[in-house]
Amino acid sequence: MTENYTALYEEHKKLGASFTDFGGWQMPLKYSSELAEHHAVRKSAGLFDLSHMGEVWVTGPEAAAFLDYALVGKISAMAVGKAKYSLICQEDGGIIDDLITYRRGSEKFLVVPNAGNAAVVAAALLERAAGFDVVVEDASAETSLIAVQGPLAEAILLRLVPAEQHALVTELKYYAAVEVPFTFDGGTQELLLARTGYTGEDGFEIFVGNDSAAALWQAIAEVAGEGELTPAGLASRDSLRLEAGMPLYGNELSREGNPFAAGLGPVVALSKEGDFVGKDALAALKADGAGATIGRKLVGLKGLGRRAGRGHYPVLKDGAVVGEVTSGQPSPTLGYPVALAYVDVEHAELGTALDIDLRGKSEPFEVVALPFYKRQK
Amino acid sequence: MPKVAPELQYSDEHEWVSRGEGNSVSVGISEVATDALGDIVYVDLPEVGSTVTAGETCGEVESTKSVSDLYSPVTGEVTEINDAVVGDPALINNDPYGAGWLFKVAAESEGPLLSAEEYASKNGGDLS
Repeated sequence: MTENYTALYEEHKKLGASFTDFGGWQMPLKYSSELAEHHAVRKSAGLFDLSHMGEVWVTGPEAAAFLDYALVGKISAMAVGKAKYSLICQEDGGIIDDLITYRRGSEKFLVVPNAGNAAVVAAALLERAAGFDVVVEDASAETSLIAVQGPLAEAILLRLVPAEQHALVTELKYYAAVEVPFTFDGGTQELLLARTGYTGEDGFEIFVGNDSAAALWQAIAEVAGEGELTPAGLASRDSLRLEAGMPLYGNELSREGNPFAAGLGPVVALSKEGDFVGKDALAALKADGAGATIGRKLVGLKGLGRRAGRGHYPVLKDGAVVGEVTSGQPSPTLGYPVALAYVDVEHAELGTALDIDLRGKSEPFEVVALPFYKRQK
Repeated sequence: MPKVAPELQYSDEHEWVSRGEGNSVSVGISEVATDALGDIVYVDLPEVGSTVTAGETCGEVESTKSVSDLYSPVTGEVTEINDAVVGDPALINNDPYGAGWLFKVAAESEGPLLSAEEYASKNGGDLS
Protein backbone atom coordinates (compact mmCIF):
# COMPACT_ATOMS: atom_id res chain seq x y z
CA MET A 1 0.00 0.00 0.00
CA THR A 2 1.22 3.48 -0.83
CA GLU A 3 2.44 5.37 2.20
CA ASN A 4 1.32 8.97 2.14
CA TYR A 5 2.40 11.61 4.61
CA THR A 6 0.44 14.77 5.33
CA ALA A 7 2.10 18.19 5.39
CA LEU A 8 1.76 17.99 9.20
CA TYR A 9 3.69 14.75 9.64
CA GLU A 10 6.71 16.52 11.19
CA GLU A 11 4.41 18.36 13.62
CA HIS A 12 3.01 15.03 14.79
CA LYS A 13 6.51 13.61 15.23
CA LYS A 14 7.51 16.63 17.31
CA LEU A 15 4.49 16.00 19.53
CA GLY A 16 5.52 12.38 20.05
CA ALA A 17 2.60 10.82 18.16
CA SER A 18 2.18 7.09 17.67
CA PHE A 19 1.32 6.53 14.02
CA THR A 20 -1.02 4.16 12.23
CA ASP A 21 -1.80 3.47 8.61
CA PHE A 22 -5.24 4.75 7.65
CA GLY A 23 -6.42 4.65 4.05
CA GLY A 24 -2.82 4.54 2.85
CA TRP A 25 -1.76 7.47 5.05
CA GLN A 26 0.56 7.56 8.04
CA MET A 27 -1.67 9.32 10.57
CA PRO A 28 -1.33 10.07 14.28
CA LEU A 29 -3.22 7.43 16.26
CA LYS A 30 -2.68 9.27 19.54
CA TYR A 31 -0.18 11.66 21.07
CA SER A 32 -0.33 10.55 24.70
CA SER A 33 -3.57 9.07 25.99
CA GLU A 34 -6.49 8.58 23.59
CA LEU A 35 -8.89 8.82 26.54
CA ALA A 36 -7.45 12.18 27.58
CA GLU A 37 -7.74 13.36 23.96
CA HIS A 38 -11.36 12.19 23.84
CA HIS A 39 -12.28 14.00 27.06
CA ALA A 40 -10.46 17.13 25.90
CA VAL A 41 -12.71 17.37 22.83
CA ARG A 42 -15.83 16.98 24.99
CA LYS A 43 -14.70 19.49 27.66
CA SER A 44 -12.30 21.96 25.96
CA ALA A 45 -11.00 21.42 22.42
CA GLY A 46 -8.99 19.04 20.29
CA LEU A 47 -6.75 19.74 17.29
CA PHE A 48 -6.92 17.19 14.46
CA ASP A 49 -5.05 16.69 11.20
CA LEU A 50 -7.58 15.57 8.60
CA SER A 51 -5.34 16.20 5.60
CA HIS A 52 -5.81 12.62 4.47
CA MET A 53 -9.39 13.52 3.47
CA GLY A 54 -9.95 14.30 -0.21
CA GLU A 55 -10.89 17.64 -1.77
CA VAL A 56 -12.50 17.55 -5.21
CA TRP A 57 -13.67 20.79 -6.84
CA VAL A 58 -16.63 20.68 -9.22
CA THR A 59 -17.17 23.86 -11.26
CA GLY A 60 -19.11 24.91 -14.32
CA PRO A 61 -22.56 25.95 -15.52
CA GLU A 62 -23.97 22.44 -14.93
CA ALA A 63 -22.15 21.75 -11.66
CA ALA A 64 -25.33 21.58 -9.57
CA ALA A 65 -27.20 19.41 -12.07
CA PHE A 66 -24.17 17.16 -12.37
CA LEU A 67 -23.92 16.60 -8.59
CA ASP A 68 -27.67 15.87 -8.46
CA TYR A 69 -26.91 13.09 -10.97
CA ALA A 70 -23.67 11.84 -9.39
CA LEU A 71 -24.74 11.86 -5.71
CA VAL A 72 -27.92 10.66 -3.99
CA GLY A 73 -28.85 14.01 -2.42
CA LYS A 74 -30.49 17.08 -3.97
CA ILE A 75 -27.35 19.17 -4.11
CA SER A 76 -28.93 21.82 -6.37
CA ALA A 77 -31.32 22.80 -3.58
CA MET A 78 -28.45 23.87 -1.33
CA ALA A 79 -27.83 27.62 -0.88
CA VAL A 80 -24.38 29.08 -1.51
CA GLY A 81 -22.40 28.88 1.74
CA LYS A 82 -24.08 25.71 2.97
CA ALA A 83 -22.76 22.17 3.34
CA LYS A 84 -24.57 18.88 2.89
CA TYR A 85 -23.87 15.29 3.93
CA SER A 86 -24.46 12.90 1.05
CA LEU A 87 -23.50 9.57 -0.50
CA ILE A 88 -22.07 8.48 -3.80
CA CYS A 89 -23.63 5.14 -4.72
CA GLN A 90 -23.17 2.47 -7.35
CA GLU A 91 -25.88 1.62 -9.88
CA ASP A 92 -26.97 -1.23 -7.53
CA GLY A 93 -27.30 1.15 -4.56
CA GLY A 94 -24.07 0.02 -2.86
CA ILE A 95 -22.25 2.88 -1.14
CA ILE A 96 -18.95 4.01 -2.73
CA ASP A 97 -18.42 6.66 -0.05
CA ASP A 98 -20.09 9.14 2.25
CA LEU A 99 -19.01 12.71 1.71
CA ILE A 100 -19.68 16.34 2.47
CA THR A 101 -20.36 18.81 -0.33
CA TYR A 102 -19.86 22.55 0.19
CA ARG A 103 -21.53 25.04 -2.15
CA ARG A 104 -19.02 27.82 -2.72
CA GLY A 105 -20.83 29.56 -5.57
CA SER A 106 -23.79 29.04 -7.88
CA GLU A 107 -21.48 27.03 -10.16
CA LYS A 108 -18.79 25.99 -7.68
CA PHE A 109 -18.76 23.07 -5.21
CA LEU A 110 -16.17 21.38 -3.02
CA VAL A 111 -16.67 17.64 -2.44
CA VAL A 112 -14.84 16.06 0.52
CA PRO A 113 -14.60 12.25 0.44
CA ASN A 114 -12.82 9.92 2.87
CA ALA A 115 -9.07 9.36 2.70
CA GLY A 116 -9.08 5.82 1.38
CA ASN A 117 -11.78 6.64 -1.16
CA ALA A 118 -10.56 10.02 -2.42
CA ALA A 119 -9.06 8.69 -5.66
CA VAL A 120 -12.02 6.36 -6.30
CA VAL A 121 -14.54 9.16 -5.74
CA ALA A 122 -12.60 11.58 -7.94
CA ALA A 123 -12.50 8.94 -10.69
CA ALA A 124 -16.22 8.16 -10.33
CA LEU A 125 -17.08 11.87 -10.50
CA LEU A 126 -14.92 12.30 -13.62
CA GLU A 127 -16.60 9.33 -15.26
CA ARG A 128 -20.09 10.55 -14.37
CA ALA A 129 -19.23 14.05 -15.65
CA ALA A 130 -19.33 12.90 -19.26
CA GLY A 131 -21.99 14.97 -21.05
CA PHE A 132 -22.14 17.65 -18.35
CA ASP A 133 -20.59 21.09 -18.76
CA VAL A 134 -18.40 20.81 -15.63
CA VAL A 135 -14.77 20.60 -14.62
CA VAL A 136 -13.83 18.05 -11.94
CA GLU A 137 -10.50 18.79 -10.30
CA ASP A 138 -8.93 16.65 -7.57
CA ALA A 139 -7.05 19.03 -5.27
CA SER A 140 -6.47 16.44 -2.51
CA ALA A 141 -2.71 16.33 -2.98
CA GLU A 142 -2.25 20.09 -2.45
CA THR A 143 -4.85 20.64 0.26
CA SER A 144 -4.52 20.13 4.00
CA LEU A 145 -7.43 20.07 6.43
CA ILE A 146 -7.16 20.99 10.11
CA ALA A 147 -10.04 20.54 12.54
CA VAL A 148 -10.58 22.26 15.88
CA GLN A 149 -13.40 20.50 17.73
CA GLY A 150 -14.93 21.11 21.13
CA PRO A 151 -16.70 23.78 23.19
CA LEU A 152 -13.65 26.10 23.14
CA ALA A 153 -13.04 25.75 19.38
CA GLU A 154 -14.70 29.05 18.45
CA ALA A 155 -12.97 31.08 21.15
CA ILE A 156 -9.57 29.71 20.16
CA LEU A 157 -9.97 30.33 16.42
CA LEU A 158 -11.27 33.88 16.96
CA ARG A 159 -7.83 34.81 18.31
CA LEU A 160 -6.43 34.34 14.78
CA VAL A 161 -9.16 36.41 13.11
CA PRO A 162 -9.22 40.25 12.99
CA ALA A 163 -11.83 41.58 15.44
CA GLU A 164 -13.93 43.27 12.72
CA GLN A 165 -14.31 39.86 11.03
CA HIS A 166 -15.34 37.89 14.14
CA ALA A 167 -18.98 37.84 13.10
CA LEU A 168 -18.05 35.68 10.12
CA VAL A 169 -17.11 32.96 12.61
CA THR A 170 -19.57 33.56 15.43
CA GLU A 171 -22.55 33.73 13.05
CA LEU A 172 -21.48 30.72 11.00
CA LYS A 173 -24.17 28.04 11.24
CA TYR A 174 -23.64 24.30 11.61
CA TYR A 175 -23.03 22.72 8.19
CA ALA A 176 -22.04 26.01 6.60
CA ALA A 177 -18.71 27.43 5.42
CA VAL A 178 -17.23 30.86 4.77
CA GLU A 179 -13.93 32.41 3.69
CA VAL A 180 -12.30 33.95 6.76
CA PRO A 181 -9.06 35.97 7.01
CA PHE A 182 -6.64 34.20 9.38
CA THR A 183 -3.60 36.04 10.67
CA PHE A 184 -0.62 33.74 11.15
CA ASP A 185 2.97 33.24 10.07
CA GLY A 186 3.47 37.00 9.66
CA GLY A 187 0.61 37.51 7.21
CA THR A 188 -3.10 37.09 6.58
CA GLN A 189 -4.70 34.40 4.44
CA GLU A 190 -8.32 33.93 3.40
CA LEU A 191 -9.11 30.32 4.27
CA LEU A 192 -12.27 28.27 3.91
CA LEU A 193 -13.68 27.68 7.38
CA ALA A 194 -16.48 25.13 7.81
CA ARG A 195 -18.59 24.54 10.91
CA THR A 196 -18.58 20.77 10.49
CA GLY A 197 -17.08 17.83 12.29
CA TYR A 198 -17.11 14.18 13.20
CA THR A 199 -17.07 14.37 16.97
CA GLY A 200 -20.57 15.33 18.11
CA GLU A 201 -19.24 18.65 19.44
CA ASP A 202 -19.31 22.15 18.05
CA GLY A 203 -16.24 22.61 15.91
CA PHE A 204 -14.59 23.75 12.75
CA GLU A 205 -12.61 22.42 9.82
CA ILE A 206 -10.16 24.69 8.00
CA PHE A 207 -8.95 24.04 4.45
CA VAL A 208 -5.41 25.29 3.90
CA GLY A 209 -2.74 24.79 1.26
CA ASN A 210 -0.01 22.32 2.17
CA ASP A 211 2.62 25.10 2.20
CA SER A 212 0.85 26.90 5.04
CA ALA A 213 -0.51 23.92 6.97
CA ALA A 214 2.29 23.56 9.52
CA ALA A 215 2.33 27.32 10.22
CA LEU A 216 -1.44 27.34 10.77
CA TRP A 217 -1.27 24.25 13.01
CA GLN A 218 1.43 25.92 15.13
CA ALA A 219 -0.46 29.21 15.25
CA ILE A 220 -3.64 27.54 16.52
CA ALA A 221 -1.64 25.70 19.19
CA GLU A 222 0.12 28.93 20.21
CA VAL A 223 -3.02 31.05 20.66
CA ALA A 224 -4.69 28.37 22.77
CA GLY A 225 -4.25 28.88 26.50
CA GLU A 226 -2.86 26.29 28.89
CA GLY A 227 -5.07 23.20 28.82
CA GLU A 228 -7.47 24.64 26.25
CA LEU A 229 -6.39 22.63 23.21
CA THR A 230 -5.12 19.06 22.98
CA PRO A 231 -3.76 17.50 19.79
CA ALA A 232 -5.98 14.51 19.13
CA GLY A 233 -5.38 11.44 16.98
CA LEU A 234 -7.48 8.95 15.06
CA ALA A 235 -8.13 6.77 18.13
CA SER A 236 -10.08 9.54 19.85
CA ARG A 237 -11.64 10.62 16.56
CA ASP A 238 -13.07 7.13 16.27
CA SER A 239 -14.40 6.97 19.83
CA LEU A 240 -15.91 10.46 19.49
CA ARG A 241 -17.71 9.69 16.24
CA LEU A 242 -18.96 6.38 17.64
CA GLU A 243 -20.51 8.11 20.67
CA ALA A 244 -22.10 10.57 18.23
CA GLY A 245 -23.54 7.60 16.28
CA MET A 246 -21.79 8.63 13.07
CA PRO A 247 -20.95 5.89 10.56
CA LEU A 248 -17.42 5.17 9.41
CA TYR A 249 -16.90 4.06 5.83
CA GLY A 250 -15.50 0.53 5.84
CA ASN A 251 -17.19 -0.29 9.17
CA GLU A 252 -20.84 0.73 8.84
CA LEU A 253 -20.88 1.72 5.15
CA SER A 254 -19.76 -0.37 2.21
CA ARG A 255 -20.47 -1.25 -1.39
CA GLU A 256 -22.26 -4.38 -0.15
CA GLY A 257 -24.57 -2.44 2.16
CA ASN A 258 -27.10 0.25 1.21
CA PRO A 259 -28.25 3.60 2.60
CA PHE A 260 -31.55 2.31 3.98
CA ALA A 261 -30.04 -0.51 6.01
CA ALA A 262 -27.48 1.99 7.34
CA GLY A 263 -30.24 4.30 8.56
CA LEU A 264 -29.34 6.91 5.93
CA GLY A 265 -32.61 6.73 3.98
CA PRO A 266 -33.37 10.43 4.49
CA VAL A 267 -30.12 11.30 2.67
CA VAL A 268 -31.47 9.68 -0.53
CA ALA A 269 -33.57 12.19 -2.48
CA LEU A 270 -35.65 9.82 -4.61
CA SER A 271 -38.09 12.62 -5.41
CA LYS A 272 -35.51 14.95 -6.98
CA GLU A 273 -35.95 15.76 -10.68
CA GLY A 274 -34.12 13.68 -13.24
CA ASP A 275 -32.07 10.54 -13.06
CA PHE A 276 -29.21 9.86 -10.69
CA VAL A 277 -26.76 7.00 -10.35
CA GLY A 278 -28.36 4.22 -8.31
CA LYS A 279 -31.89 5.68 -8.47
CA ASP A 280 -33.75 2.56 -9.67
CA ALA A 281 -31.98 0.23 -7.27
CA LEU A 282 -32.44 2.61 -4.35
CA ALA A 283 -36.15 3.07 -5.14
CA ALA A 284 -36.56 -0.72 -5.10
CA LEU A 285 -34.60 -1.02 -1.83
CA LYS A 286 -36.80 1.62 -0.23
CA ALA A 287 -39.97 -0.10 -1.43
CA ASP A 288 -38.71 -3.35 0.14
CA GLY A 289 -38.58 -1.67 3.51
CA ALA A 290 -35.49 -0.76 5.51
CA GLY A 291 -33.00 -3.56 5.54
CA ALA A 292 -35.24 -6.06 3.81
CA THR A 293 -32.76 -6.81 1.07
CA ILE A 294 -29.84 -7.62 3.31
CA GLY A 295 -32.25 -8.55 6.12
CA ARG A 296 -30.43 -6.45 8.67
CA LYS A 297 -30.29 -2.84 9.76
CA LEU A 298 -27.84 -0.75 11.70
CA VAL A 299 -28.65 -0.30 15.38
CA GLY A 300 -27.01 1.12 18.48
CA LEU A 301 -26.21 -1.28 21.31
CA LYS A 302 -25.61 -0.28 24.92
CA GLY A 303 -23.61 -2.67 27.10
CA LEU A 304 -25.15 -3.64 30.42
CA GLY A 305 -21.85 -5.07 31.67
CA ARG A 306 -18.34 -3.70 31.47
CA ARG A 307 -17.06 -5.54 28.42
CA ALA A 308 -17.11 -3.97 24.97
CA GLY A 309 -18.07 -5.58 21.68
CA ARG A 310 -15.62 -5.11 18.83
CA GLY A 311 -15.88 -5.06 15.05
CA HIS A 312 -16.98 -8.42 13.56
CA TYR A 313 -18.04 -9.93 16.91
CA PRO A 314 -21.31 -11.89 16.51
CA VAL A 315 -24.56 -10.51 17.97
CA LEU A 316 -26.71 -13.20 19.58
CA LYS A 317 -30.37 -13.65 20.52
CA ASP A 318 -30.92 -16.68 22.75
CA GLY A 319 -27.59 -18.06 21.58
CA ALA A 320 -28.32 -17.79 17.85
CA VAL A 321 -26.39 -15.35 15.65
CA VAL A 322 -28.67 -12.48 14.58
CA GLY A 323 -26.11 -9.83 13.67
CA GLU A 324 -22.56 -8.55 13.66
CA VAL A 325 -20.83 -5.64 15.37
CA THR A 326 -19.34 -3.06 13.00
CA SER A 327 -17.77 -0.73 15.60
CA GLY A 328 -17.61 -0.99 19.36
CA GLN A 329 -15.68 0.08 22.40
CA PRO A 330 -16.14 1.42 25.90
CA SER A 331 -17.65 4.91 25.70
CA PRO A 332 -15.29 7.26 27.56
CA THR A 333 -17.99 9.89 28.05
CA LEU A 334 -20.88 7.65 29.04
CA GLY A 335 -18.94 5.08 31.03
CA TYR A 336 -20.49 1.99 29.45
CA PRO A 337 -19.72 -0.02 26.30
CA VAL A 338 -21.38 1.07 23.07
CA ALA A 339 -21.50 -0.60 19.68
CA LEU A 340 -22.96 -0.20 16.23
CA ALA A 341 -24.15 -3.46 14.71
CA TYR A 342 -26.14 -4.78 11.80
CA VAL A 343 -28.95 -6.83 13.33
CA ASP A 344 -31.77 -8.88 11.77
CA VAL A 345 -34.71 -6.49 11.40
CA GLU A 346 -36.94 -8.57 13.69
CA HIS A 347 -34.47 -8.02 16.55
CA ALA A 348 -33.75 -4.36 15.82
CA GLU A 349 -36.54 -2.77 17.91
CA LEU A 350 -35.47 -0.33 20.61
CA GLY A 351 -35.22 -2.07 23.96
CA THR A 352 -34.51 -5.54 22.53
CA ALA A 353 -32.16 -7.53 24.77
CA LEU A 354 -29.27 -9.03 22.78
CA ASP A 355 -25.88 -10.49 23.60
CA ILE A 356 -22.52 -9.94 22.00
CA ASP A 357 -20.23 -12.95 21.78
CA LEU A 358 -17.01 -11.65 23.33
CA ARG A 359 -14.53 -14.27 22.27
CA GLY A 360 -16.72 -17.08 23.57
CA LYS A 361 -18.36 -15.24 26.47
CA SER A 362 -21.84 -13.73 26.09
CA GLU A 363 -22.22 -10.20 27.36
CA PRO A 364 -25.65 -8.52 27.62
CA PHE A 365 -26.50 -5.51 25.46
CA GLU A 366 -29.68 -3.61 24.64
CA VAL A 367 -30.81 -1.92 21.43
CA VAL A 368 -30.89 1.84 22.08
CA ALA A 369 -31.59 4.97 20.06
CA LEU A 370 -28.76 6.78 18.27
CA PRO A 371 -26.78 8.87 18.88
CA PHE A 372 -25.42 7.48 22.14
CA TYR A 373 -24.16 10.93 23.07
CA LYS A 374 -25.71 14.30 22.28
CA ARG A 375 -24.11 17.50 23.44
CA GLN A 376 -26.03 20.01 25.57
CA LYS A 377 -26.75 23.11 23.51
CA MET B 1 10.57 5.00 24.08
CA PRO B 2 8.84 2.80 26.67
CA LYS B 3 10.67 2.20 29.93
CA VAL B 4 11.96 -1.25 30.85
CA ALA B 5 12.51 -1.68 34.60
CA PRO B 6 16.08 -3.02 34.91
CA GLU B 7 15.42 -5.10 38.05
CA LEU B 8 12.71 -7.29 36.48
CA GLN B 9 12.60 -10.25 34.10
CA TYR B 10 10.30 -10.44 31.10
CA SER B 11 8.43 -12.93 28.93
CA ASP B 12 8.12 -12.70 25.17
CA GLU B 13 4.45 -11.88 25.70
CA HIS B 14 5.44 -8.69 27.58
CA GLU B 15 4.66 -9.83 31.12
CA TRP B 16 7.17 -8.92 33.80
CA VAL B 17 8.15 -11.04 36.80
CA SER B 18 9.39 -9.73 40.14
CA ARG B 19 10.71 -12.10 42.80
CA GLY B 20 9.43 -11.73 46.37
CA GLU B 21 9.79 -13.86 49.51
CA GLY B 22 10.42 -17.57 48.93
CA ASN B 23 8.83 -18.71 45.68
CA SER B 24 6.36 -15.82 45.55
CA VAL B 25 6.51 -13.77 42.35
CA SER B 26 4.55 -10.73 41.22
CA VAL B 27 3.41 -10.43 37.61
CA GLY B 28 2.49 -7.40 35.56
CA ILE B 29 2.73 -6.17 31.97
CA SER B 30 5.53 -4.03 30.58
CA GLU B 31 5.32 -0.46 29.40
CA VAL B 32 6.07 -1.79 25.90
CA ALA B 33 2.73 -3.58 26.16
CA THR B 34 0.80 -0.71 27.76
CA ASP B 35 2.08 1.70 25.10
CA ALA B 36 0.95 -0.64 22.34
CA LEU B 37 -2.44 -1.32 23.93
CA GLY B 38 -3.36 2.27 24.68
CA ASP B 39 -5.61 3.19 27.58
CA ILE B 40 -6.62 0.06 29.45
CA VAL B 41 -10.28 0.00 30.46
CA TYR B 42 -10.83 -3.54 31.71
CA VAL B 43 -8.71 -6.34 33.09
CA ASP B 44 -9.77 -9.92 33.69
CA LEU B 45 -7.39 -11.63 36.15
CA PRO B 46 -7.11 -15.28 37.20
CA GLU B 47 -8.88 -16.19 40.45
CA VAL B 48 -7.03 -16.55 43.71
CA GLY B 49 -6.46 -20.27 44.29
CA SER B 50 -6.50 -21.14 40.60
CA THR B 51 -3.44 -22.58 38.87
CA VAL B 52 -1.75 -20.71 36.05
CA THR B 53 0.64 -22.29 33.57
CA ALA B 54 3.67 -20.62 32.03
CA GLY B 55 3.01 -19.64 28.43
CA GLU B 56 -0.76 -20.13 28.66
CA THR B 57 -3.49 -17.50 28.79
CA CYS B 58 -4.81 -16.62 32.24
CA GLY B 59 -6.86 -13.50 31.59
CA GLU B 60 -7.55 -10.58 29.28
CA VAL B 61 -6.52 -6.98 29.05
CA GLU B 62 -8.92 -4.70 27.22
CA SER B 63 -8.04 -1.24 26.00
CA THR B 64 -10.17 1.34 24.23
CA LYS B 65 -9.07 -0.20 20.94
CA SER B 66 -8.50 -3.90 21.47
CA VAL B 67 -8.59 -6.99 23.63
CA SER B 68 -5.39 -8.93 24.33
CA ASP B 69 -4.80 -12.19 26.12
CA LEU B 70 -2.81 -12.14 29.31
CA TYR B 71 -0.23 -14.94 29.45
CA SER B 72 1.23 -16.25 32.66
CA PRO B 73 5.04 -16.17 32.67
CA VAL B 74 5.20 -18.77 35.50
CA THR B 75 3.43 -21.93 36.67
CA GLY B 76 1.85 -22.14 40.10
CA GLU B 77 -1.05 -21.20 42.31
CA VAL B 78 -2.38 -17.64 42.30
CA THR B 79 -2.08 -16.28 45.84
CA GLU B 80 -3.26 -12.70 45.42
CA ILE B 81 -4.67 -10.41 42.75
CA ASN B 82 -4.45 -6.64 42.60
CA ASP B 83 -8.05 -5.53 43.24
CA ALA B 84 -7.00 -1.92 42.72
CA VAL B 85 -6.34 -2.44 38.99
CA VAL B 86 -9.64 -4.29 38.56
CA GLY B 87 -11.41 -1.19 39.90
CA ASP B 88 -9.14 1.31 38.17
CA PRO B 89 -7.40 -0.26 35.15
CA ALA B 90 -5.71 3.09 34.33
CA LEU B 91 -3.24 2.22 37.10
CA ILE B 92 -1.68 -0.25 34.67
CA ASN B 93 -0.96 2.54 32.18
CA ASN B 94 0.16 5.01 34.80
CA ASP B 95 2.48 2.74 36.77
CA PRO B 96 2.96 -0.60 34.98
CA TYR B 97 5.89 -1.71 37.15
CA GLY B 98 4.47 -0.51 40.47
CA ALA B 99 0.85 0.12 41.44
CA GLY B 100 -0.23 -1.56 38.19
CA TRP B 101 0.96 -5.06 39.16
CA LEU B 102 -1.61 -7.75 38.32
CA PHE B 103 -1.26 -10.93 40.40
CA LYS B 104 1.06 -12.97 42.62
CA VAL B 105 1.89 -16.64 42.19
CA ALA B 106 3.53 -19.28 44.39
CA ALA B 107 5.75 -20.30 41.50
CA GLU B 108 6.64 -23.94 40.94
CA SER B 109 8.39 -23.28 37.66
CA GLU B 110 9.00 -20.48 35.18
CA GLY B 111 8.61 -20.19 31.46
CA PRO B 112 11.50 -18.83 29.40
CA LEU B 113 12.28 -15.36 30.74
CA LEU B 114 14.45 -12.61 29.33
CA SER B 115 16.70 -10.30 31.28
CA ALA B 116 15.77 -6.62 31.20
CA GLU B 117 18.70 -5.99 28.82
CA GLU B 118 17.57 -8.73 26.44
CA TYR B 119 13.95 -7.61 26.57
CA ALA B 120 14.85 -3.94 26.04
CA SER B 121 17.06 -4.60 23.04
CA LYS B 122 14.48 -6.92 21.48
CA ASN B 123 11.55 -4.51 21.92
CA GLY B 124 13.17 -1.10 21.68
CA GLY B 125 12.75 -0.24 25.35
CA ASP B 126 14.56 2.28 27.51
CA LEU B 127 16.48 0.72 30.42
CA SER B 128 17.46 3.93 32.19
